[in-house]
Amino acid sequence: MDYQLIWVLLIAVAVFAYVTLDGFDLGIGILFPFIKNPKNRGRMMNTVAPVWDGNETWLILGGGGLYAAFPQAYSLLMTAFYIPVFTMLLALVFRGVAFEFRFKSKNHQKHWDFAFSAGSIIAAAMQGAMLGGFIEGIAVENGRFVGGAFDWLSPFSVFCATAVVVGYALLGTGWLIMKMEGDFQGNLRRLAKPAVIWMAANLGVVSLMTTYVNPAYAQRWFELPNMLYLAPIPLVTVGLLYWLWHAVKKREKTVFGITLGIFFLSYLGFGITLYPNIVPPMITFRDAAAPENSLAFMLVGAAILLPIILGYTAYAYWVFRGKTGDEGYH
Amino acid sequence: MLDAELLARIQFAFTVSFHIIFPSFTIGLASFLFVLEALWLRTRDETYLSLYKFWMKIFALAFGMGVVSGIVMSYQFGTNWGPFSEFTGGVIGPLLAYEVLSAFFLEAGFLGIMLFGLNRVGPKLHFTATTMVAIGTLFSAFWILSANSWMQTPDGYVIENGRAVVSSWIDAIFNPSFPYRLVHMVLAAYLTTALVVGAVGAWHLMRDRENRAARIMFSMAMWMAAILGPIQIFAGDLHGLNTLEHQPAKVAAMEGHFDTREGAPLILFGMPDMEEEETKYAVEIPKLGSMILTHEWDGKITGLKDFAPEDRPNAAIVFWTFRIMVGLGVLIALLGIASVIARLRKKLYSCGYLHRFALLMGPSGFVAILAGWFTTEVGRQPWVVYGLMRTSEAGSPVAPTAIAGSLIAFVVVYAIVFGVGTAYILRAMIKDPRSAHIPEETEILRAGGRQSTAAHPPVAGE
Repeated sequence: MDYQLIWVLLIAVAVFAYVTLDGFDLGIGILFPFIKNPKNRGRMMNTVAPVWDGNETWLILGGGGLYAAFPQAYSLLMTAFYIPVFTMLLALVFRGVAFEFRFKSKNHQKHWDFAFSAGSIIAAAMQGAMLGGFIEGIAVENGRFVGGAFDWLSPFSVFCATAVVVGYALLGTGWLIMKMEGDFQGNLRRLAKPAVIWMAANLGVVSLMTTYVNPAYAQRWFELPNMLYLAPIPLVTVGLLYWLWHAVKKREKTVFGITLGIFFLSYLGFGITLYPNIVPPMITFRDAAAPENSLAFMLVGAAILLPIILGYTAYAYWVFRGKTGDEGYH
Repeated sequence: MLDAELLARIQFAFTVSFHIIFPSFTIGLASFLFVLEALWLRTRDETYLSLYKFWMKIFALAFGMGVVSGIVMSYQFGTNWGPFSEFTGGVIGPLLAYEVLSAFFLEAGFLGIMLFGLNRVGPKLHFTATTMVAIGTLFSAFWILSANSWMQTPDGYVIENGRAVVSSWIDAIFNPSFPYRLVHMVLAAYLTTALVVGAVGAWHLMRDRENRAARIMFSMAMWMAAILGPIQIFAGDLHGLNTLEHQPAKVAAMEGHFDTREGAPLILFGMPDMEEEETKYAVEIPKLGSMILTHEWDGKITGLKDFAPEDRPNAAIVFWTFRIMVGLGVLIALLGIASVIARLRKKLYSCGYLHRFALLMGPSGFVAILAGWFTTEVGRQPWVVYGLMRTSEAGSPVAPTAIAGSLIAFVVVYAIVFGVGTAYILRAMIKDPRSAHIPEETEILRAGGRQSTAAHPPVAGE
């Protein structure tokens, strides 16, 4: 293992941590339109109020890590995704302050509920659109972005956007089934069913479309012997979807767990498709890497601090384990 | 017509100006909360717990706004300043990565326990959480100021293939201006918070002079102003000398000096004119400029004309922002001294003039920080990394319309979000701090610190 490989894996882990952690708390905002009762909405927010800040920090680590370890990739991707990045950031601004503001004002609670929900949906959709645009590739010549401001927008990226929104909604539902009780939990279970079907359909279509985007992607998956080695990924995913469909009706904790598993396999598949490119279709992570000594210097910090971070993050989740009531500090 | 570079600069200035307000407030407030909780744990005086809860709510609002505006900053480097990111990625990237790893996660990880966990983890662990959040804010200041200082006084690097590569991390992190900048900024953050706390205390004292919570706030804040105010002026002077050594053009612009001379006057006020290369309508004190900057009456001060026109920062802006910062600094120190006099005369809680003065000075820390920030950042121009990379070379190849569009979106969104947030903060500030804490909660805490163990009904009051 060399520094460049370690860092591309670390950033991949940070992005995955972001996707799953902020995924479920964005999911709560995505579910808001389906839950009308203000009290239940308050409960939903209370389940993530103590942890959302930490969840979102992984987004800064993903972006900051990319800047530090692969500056050329950071610069190119941010330029190519100028519009979706800013739209996502502004959506996250609204959504982030809504956590505090919602409880501060009874008169404007509806407005902040709307800001929270719209912010969550738009942020998730922009992340999905960027995922699509990323898979389709970035126009680069001589190390400079030469595409247009709307290159990221295509039927494929729109489809990816809906896939991410639905996926996050399902993660959020799984989380809430764990944290809620009684009638409200029953409502959530009913909401989860169509989401499972929708996600299964999305996964199938996005996976197949991906192999049409670029012949190299199709080659990676469908050429022998790769096909045999990689076959477990889609097969296990199908198995998990089947299990999820049955768990939704009766299980409390497995729904969230299985959804995480499906996210992990999808992410793994995405990584396998693109490796070793960090700015598809041409630039590899090795081309875009920062100087060796920068990578080494950061690795010292990451090796010491990441285990500590994981430790106290786990502790924070443990402190707030169990069912969430109406408690807050507001 | 506005070009991409200017629009990107306006956007950066706009977003960073909004952002800097919140961390500089929360750095001081986190330490204040740490002190309040420590006092509560030591004395078990419930007024301290009331004050803790009162300021915790304000902290939560300010911290939330700091986080969301900070996320924007961390992505803006790439969107608008791609070539800058590529050039500095090997140096500034790791510094920011360390900030995320050592500070942001620490703050965010323990913030939840700090805000929601008092009844769940008990007072001791809760105090640990408060401590971690306070330490996190200081770590954050350490790394971000290291990164910013490196852009001002780069050190410990070599240029390879058109990119900055670090040759010594010690030299890069502890670059020549970093210690001065860090001390000056952290003191500014503490003072800013003290001024806000003092103003809130004064407001409540003006309503009820016997309000014990207000007395504690006001007294603590005035001690901070009295002690840190003069120290800050001294630290600022040292920082100024450091700037003279490393960025003489910035100092020339701050002072409004176009001609190099020995025994230069101190220009109190005037209108620096970049076109005609002179400071018009100058009100001067002879020789004092040399005395302050070189500590010699006939010391030589380099003027802007000694620098090529394309290497000069905009004196008209820097001259005035610097004077606003210094003027407010002097007023803050005066407030501290006035409070000491009132204290000695046993009139700290009854002197209406002092309370009005403190109330008026409430926002002055923010204004001084912004003015100081503009002085140092505009004074660095035309360089983005001093002497290494010009701002004009640092911008992404993005269409001006895209930057203009995002700039307009930022102005609208920030106006709504931060306008409303500030209103909520002000509303929280004018509530009586004594009502922030419900005595029954303390009973729960005494009964083992967990809600579930408080089986018997709590006894209200003492």
